[in-house]
Amino acid sequence: MDATITFTVNGKSRTVTTDPQRPLLDVLREDLHLTGTKYGCGEGQCRACTVLMNGESIASCITTIGDVDKQAILTIEGLAKGDTLHPVQRAFMEEGAFQCGYCTAGMIMGTVALLKETPNPTDADIVARMNRHICRCCSYPKYRAAIHRAAEQTRKEAA
Amino acid sequence: MKIQSIEDGGRRPPLPEKNNEIDYNELLEPAHFDFGLNRRSFAKILGTGLLLVISAPALAQQRHGGGGFLGRGARNIAARLHIGTDGVITLMVGKVEAGQGSRAEFTQAAAEELRVPASQVVLAAVDTSLVPDDGMTAGSGSTPRTVPPIRQAAAAVRELLVNFAAKQWGVGRDGITVKEGRAIEVAGKRSLSYAEFAKSEEADFAQAIPGDVTLTAVKEWKVMGTSLIRPNARRVVTGEHQYPSDISRPGMVYGKVLRSPSYGAKLTAVNVAAAKAMKGVTVAQSEGFVGVTAPTSFAAESALEAIAKTAKWETAPQTSSKELFDYLKRHAEGGVPLNPFADELAKAAKVVRASYEVAYAQHSPLEPRAAVAEWTGNDALTVWTGTQNPFGVRTELARAFHLAEEQVRVVVPDFGAAFGGKHTGEVAVEAARLAQAAGKPVSLRWTREEEFTWAYFRPAAAIEIEATLDAKGNVTSWHFVNINSGNSALETPYEIAKHRSQYVPSQPPLRHGSYRGLAATANNFARECFMDELAAAAGADPLEFRLAHLENSRLRAVLETAAEKFKWKERIKLAGPAIGLSCGVEKGGYVAACVEIELDSKNRIRVKHVCQAFECGAIVNPDNLMKQVQGAIIMGLGPALREEVRFENGENQTVSFRSYPVPRYEDVPELDVHLINRTDLPSAGAGETPIICIAPAIANAVFRATGKRVRTMPVRVA
Repeated sequence: MDATITFTVNGKSRTVTTDPQRPLLDVLREDLHLTGTKYGCGEGQCRACTVLMNGESIASCITTIGDVDKQAILTIEGLAKGDTLHPVQRAFMEEGAFQCGYCTAGMIMGTVALLKETPNPTDADIVARMNRHICRCCSYPKYRAAIHRAAEQTRKEAA
Repeated sequence: MKIQSIEDGGRRPPLPEKNNEIDYNELLEPAHFDFGLNRRSFAKILGTGLLLVISAPALAQQRHGGGGFLGRGARNIAARLHIGTDGVITLMVGKVEAGQGSRAEFTQAAAEELRVPASQVVLAAVDTSLVPDDGMTAGSGSTPRTVPPIRQAAAAVRELLVNFAAKQWGVGRDGITVKEGRAIEVAGKRSLSYAEFAKSEEADFAQAIPGDVTLTAVKEWKVMGTSLIRPNARRVVTGEHQYPSDISRPGMVYGKVLRSPSYGAKLTAVNVAAAKAMKGVTVAQSEGFVGVTAPTSFAAESALEAIAKTAKWETAPQTSSKELFDYLKRHAEGGVPLNPFADELAKAAKVVRASYEVAYAQHSPLEPRAAVAEWTGNDALTVWTGTQNPFGVRTELARAFHLAEEQVRVVVPDFGAAFGGKHTGEVAVEAARLAQAAGKPVSLRWTREEEFTWAYFRPAAAIEIEATLDAKGNVTSWHFVNINSGNSALETPYEIAKHRSQYVPSQPPLRHGSYRGLAATANNFARECFMDELAAAAGADPLEFRLAHLENSRLRAVLETAAEKFKWKERIKLAGPAIGLSCGVEKGGYVAACVEIELDSKNRIRVKHVCQAFECGAIVNPDNLMKQVQGAIIMGLGPALREEVRFENGENQTVSFRSYPVPRYEDVPELDVHLINRTDLPSAGAGETPIICIAPAIANAVFRATGKRVRTMPVRVA
């Protein structure tokens, strides 16, 4: 049975009428055409599908659309303000952090959540929070550098 | 060249031809599809008068239409570069971007020779209807084999601009220099841009690319040799870049394909009625193929589940991973060859022999196989997909649907990694078959489980080595046999008077193919572990022992660099250091690694420190090269320590990142990478070779930590 679900995506209210068991990932990609969020494994093991729900990092492939009713979702497409990149996006780009870039959106969203909680993460903090994100190109050292750079830029902008 | 020669009624595409410039073969095993026209569709096509296009002789010609591994390159300047009258320069290259960074290098190559800023060069999308066939994106070939022809074409255009300016101004060519995209009169004030040249009637780019045009010397490089980031980096960090799985077409539906529960199982009965009755669902059925489409992936999955419940399968006995290596040896073609150096065996001071085993590995690129297929009528097909072989996939599609190659267009957006695992076009063919049935564009993306099970694997290897030492500890003979996995880096780089290294094909129980470095990962593992065993037998330090048998100055240089930076000589003297080293050469890249490991309370290996030196000639993009080397080392930790495909009774037991644990942040060791820039040497590729040293260095460190030789990859301490 289809259900009608209303939630916000990147600040905009959206209503979908669909099977509430469908993964949030599918609804974002197939119904709302927000394809920046990627499928990597479908079981929350790689976090390519990371989005923020009420500011918390979640795996959208194992979150059903039914669970998102009345919640606020932020995806990679909602991060930049117009032409101005989010500091985390800018750091990842300046650092040339990615290789194929398929895990990058999830990595960036995970970093946004990490920096909200831990604005000045150590390498150990990065491992603790980001270990669930897989990068098959194994660009981890560059990603780690990008996360530190993002933290620094965020601090500077806040100051 | 030895390569599997499975005959398939002529339907197998031609294997890559041996080329003297490259000692390389790509194991390729495309899935074989034949969705030939049924009577009805045949009649339809007959009605439109297109029969000639698909007549047998034309088809036979088209079957060999692709340029194969090396491609054909650009037929003239215009096929490589478009000089716009608005000043925009478009570069057309048939090599794809899967994260290896070569598309930035192509931009640099053109900009360098044209003397324009990199931002003035637009790299066209890889589209078989637009770009030249530059062959497969494989074998670390983009840098050595595609960058030079791009430079030649760009330099040719630059020279045409100079000629044009010389004629316009009535001055000699010597009086003209090209800078910032303009021909400038050295002694005067006149200048001309590419745009102005393009507007003139004399601009003729339909001429062949001259082979003798002067390329910019490395010491003059301004754009090459710098760390340009990928042209579309911004679109990646904003999520705007569309990977193949992100492509959306008007009216598009989503597909799923029925898979057998085990390898070798045959579908004997299936009932698709329940699925067909579902809203918006279309079923596609051909011999050996059942698939569905629906308005959403979720609905397609439900429809497929309804079908799967009714499917009856006939299974056949299958080899299991437990008996894999015995099986491969038993099925070695012509048997396992004997050591030809019996005389050396008889007179040796010591004979050392060992067997090594290397497990099947899966590439598991983060973006699984994906394709969007769209038909225009019955005779024009466009497919967007992630493949390392765009023109080969076009051939696969043409063959599967009995089309001429010109009727098929393959577009390859920058996609989510490959590592040698995406040479084939099965997902493209499946998507096209589903789109045919649905009468709509279809998006098909394999699940992670499908990618783990039905993509091809890195071949497993059984390797036998036997060598002799004289009384002084010199290696006097060497016999090396690789069973099943291939001949990359097969030959020893060490100076040994009598040596033979052989690759013997077997009958692989799983579908296997290329992997980052191909068999070099297995061959260098076995050889470098065995060199350590020989050093121990000779009572020598592993570093000294290798150097004593090495003349190749480039290989010596990386080995000495890695050892020096790691302080090998000092550390090896300390009591029981858990350190190991290895070196190797492949595809023009020279690499050496020193590692330090530790064992936890459960005897699990943790790699603490890796010091690796790498040299591949003149460095084109230092930052990208660093990423390739670092990435290869860390990726290599996976198969070195944990990654192993396990299967029993035809069932793959490693179908998830849970059971097939790939490297993560926590696995990253202290990394100390030293890139040696040989500006006096041509640039070689670097996508593969940096992966071949990590596993043997770890196994050698395990020996120093435990006194035990581990001769299997993954390396485990029981």
